[in-house]
Amino acid sequence: MGNNQRTLTGAEILWECLVREGVEVVFGYPGGATLPIYDAMSGHSDKVRHVLVRHEQGAAHMADGYARVSGKVGVAMATSGPGATNLVTGIATAMMDSSPIVCLTGQVATTALGGDAFQETDITGATLPLTKHSYLVMQVEELAYSIREAFYIARTGRPGPVLIDIPKDVQTASTEFVYPDDPIDLPGYNPPERATDQQVNNALELINGAEKPVILAGQGVLMSGAMSELNQLVEKATIPVATTLLGLGSIPASHPCNLGMMGMHGTAMANHAIQEADLLIACGMRFDDRVTGKLQTYSPNSRKIHIDIDASELNKNVRVDLAINADLATVLRQILPGVKKRKRSEWTSQIQEWREDADQRDVLRTDSPVLMGAQVIRTIREGTSDDAVIVTDVGQHQMLEAQYYTHEQPLTLITSGGLGTMGFSLPAAIGASFAVQEREIWVIVGDGGFQMNMQELGTAMQEGANVNIAIINNGYLGMVRQWQQLFYEARYTETPISSPDYVKIAEAYGMPGYRVERQEDIRPSMECARNHPGPALIDFIVEKHDMVYPMVPAGAGLHEMIRRPHPSQVDAVKVE
Amino acid sequence: MKQILIALVEDKPGVLNRIASLFRRRNFNIESIVAGHSEVPGATRLTIVTDEEERLRRNVIRQNLLKLINVIDVVDVTDQPCIIREHALIKIKSDGATRGEVGALVEMYRGRIVDVGTRSLVVEVTGEPRKLDSIIEVLSTYGIIEIMRAGKVAITRGAENPTDNGDLHLWKNSRGKASAAKATNKGGVL
Repeated sequence: MGNNQRTLTGAEILWECLVREGVEVVFGYPGGATLPIYDAMSGHSDKVRHVLVRHEQGAAHMADGYARVSGKVGVAMATSGPGATNLVTGIATAMMDSSPIVCLTGQVATTALGGDAFQETDITGATLPLTKHSYLVMQVEELAYSIREAFYIARTGRPGPVLIDIPKDVQTASTEFVYPDDPIDLPGYNPPERATDQQVNNALELINGAEKPVILAGQGVLMSGAMSELNQLVEKATIPVATTLLGLGSIPASHPCNLGMMGMHGTAMANHAIQEADLLIACGMRFDDRVTGKLQTYSPNSRKIHIDIDASELNKNVRVDLAINADLATVLRQILPGVKKRKRSEWTSQIQEWREDADQRDVLRTDSPVLMGAQVIRTIREGTSDDAVIVTDVGQHQMLEAQYYTHEQPLTLITSGGLGTMGFSLPAAIGASFAVQEREIWVIVGDGGFQMNMQELGTAMQEGANVNIAIINNGYLGMVRQWQQLFYEARYTETPISSPDYVKIAEAYGMPGYRVERQEDIRPSMECARNHPGPALIDFIVEKHDMVYPMVPAGAGLHEMIRRPHPSQVDAVKVE
Repeated sequence: MKQILIALVEDKPGVLNRIASLFRRRNFNIESIVAGHSEVPGATRLTIVTDEEERLRRNVIRQNLLKLINVIDVVDVTDQPCIIREHALIKIKSDGATRGEVGALVEMYRGRIVDVGTRSLVVEVTGEPRKLDSIIEVLSTYGIIEIMRAGKVAITRGAENPTDNGDLHLWKNSRGKASAAKATNKGGVL
C-alpha cells in the first residue's frame, strides 16, 4: 500500500481508473442507476470528455468507431435496464469485428438485484455470448481490479468488448483507493506470441514450394500492425493478396500484387485466384461464409496455412494443413528470412488476364444519365487524400465502397463486417472523429441505414463533429432488393423505402445539406461539405435498380460468380 | 467414443454459466458436466463429457473453452489412460419378499442399500458407467421408481496433473494479495 492512499467512492474510483487507463472520451447517456457516476464526473472533466449520445446504441458504435481508428480502447456508458439493453447491438457488432471497447453500465443496488426492480436487467447474462468477458462488480473493493482487467482483456490478444456492470450501491460505497500495480492476475488468459521453429519450417516449405500461392489478408494484419511485414513477404516472394472486407488497407490498393476484396462481392480475379491456388496463406482472417462461399468447393487444390491469434478460429470452418496460433506480425518476422525470392511470372500473367476482363465490365464505363452509387464513391475517392477515414454502413453502398474506394492506407475504412449492423456508420464516424481530429471523415450510408440511427445527428451537432455524410439514396433497401431480384423473382416485398427531405433534416440540425442528382454536381457539393467545419450532409439520388457485381450467391462456390454483363452483352440484358 | 475433458477454472460466480452458454452457442452437446473444488485454492475442476466424435472439432471445443477468461486450463483426456467413475442412487420397488435377493445382487456390484422402506429401497452404487447401466438393467426387473445419476468424473493415471502445467503456483502465491483486495465470492462452487 502506497502513500497516496485515499478513501474514495466507487463512482470516484471509476473516473480515477479511466484517467489512468488513458481514456480521453466516454460516449454515454445518464440515467437513474448511473447518477453517482455522473455526479462524480465533474472532478475529472478536464481529463475525460463525456459525449452525450441520443441513444445508447450510438454510444456503443461511437466507442467502436473510436477504437477501430485509434487502436485504443473505446468506452461507452449507459444506465441499467433499457440503457444497458440498448448497447447490445453495438456490443455484438464489436464482438464480431474484434473491436476493443469497454461498456460501463449502471445496475440496481446489490440489495435489489434479482428482485425485478425498476430498470433492472441481467445485462451480464444478456451479453454473455456477445462479450469477450464481463464483470458484475458486487463490492467496491473489486472495482479498480475489474476495470483494469477489463481494459487489459479488451485490447490484448484478439480484442473484443468487455462489459462492467456496476450496482448503484457499489458506486456510492467507499473504500481505500490504491491503483493496483501488481501484475494482472488472470491465470487462464495468456495471448500467444510466437510460432514454434517447427511451424516456421513447415510454413517455409509450403511457401517456397508453391507455384500459385495467394495471401488472404484479414483485419488481423491491421490489428497486429503487420502491414510492413506483409508487404515484405508479398514483394520478396511475389505473392498476390486478396483481402477481406475488414482487411482492406492492409496492402495499398494500387500495389501490383493486390487482388482486391475476396468473397461474395469480391473481385473476380481474387475469387478465381483463390479457387486456382495451390497454397493459401490466411493471415488474421476467419474464413467467414461471406468469404468462402460453399465450403465443399472452396479452393479445392490448395494447401492451407492459417495464422491467427485466436486458437478457436483454427480449423473452425476450413480445415488447414498448418495452423499457427500466434501474433501475425511476429510470425511473419519469423518466416521472412527463410522466404525465397520468386517471380512467379506464369501465375502473375494469369492474374493479369483476370484483371483485364474485370476492367472491361466496370460499371464506371457506362455513360449512365442517372447517378450511379459507384460513381459517387469513386468521385469521393478522387477528392480525398489517402488518409481520409471512410465509415460505411451495411448494404449495396458498403460493397460498392469496398470495390471502388481504393484504400491506400491501413485503418482508413471502418465498417460493420461480421454482424452487418445497419445504422452503424453515423455513430461510428462520430466516435472516430474524436480519435483523428485532423483527418477528413466521410460517412457513406444508404437511405435505409441512415434512418436507423439518424438521431445521432443531434450528437454530431452538439459536439461539432467534423463528419461529412454521403447518403447513397436509391429509395430501396438495396441489397435485400438485389436478392429479391435475383432469387425471389423480383418480388420487392417491403424493400421500397421512403425518405424525409434530408436537406431539411440537415438544416434543422444546423448543418448544411445538399441534394445531388447529376454527376457534375458530385464534386462541388463535396467541396462545400468538406470546407464546412463540423457536420455536413449530401443526399445523392442514385439509380434505383443498380446491382452489386460480381456476386457469389449464398451457398454457391466462389467460382460461381454472377458477373456484371460484358459490354458486348449489355444491350441484351437490360434489367427492367 | 465420448470426448472427455478435464478443466480447471476459477471459482467465480457465473463460470459454469459461461461454459454452458458456450456449448449452447457453438452447438456443441454436453453429455455430462461435473464440478467440484480442486486441490488449488480458488479453483474448481470439472469433468465435461461431450458426444463429439471428430478429432478436429474436439480440438475446436477445447480451444473455445480455453478462450473463456476464467478457464485456466483444459485437457482432452479422451485418448489418455484414465479412471472414469460415475455415482448413482437408484430407488426401486421392493418389500420384505425381495429385499434379501436385491441385497445379494447389490453386493455383487459392490453397491450398498442406503435406505429401506416397506415398499421401496435405495441402492447406492459407484463405478464405470457400463457397470451402472448393468445394475440398473438388473434392478429394473423389480421396478425402478427413480434414478439419480451423477455425471462422469475422470482422473488420469500416473503422477502428472494435466491441468497444472507448473506455473499455477505463481497464481496461488499471488492469490493471497489479490483475493484479499478483490474479496471474491466466498460461496460454494461456481
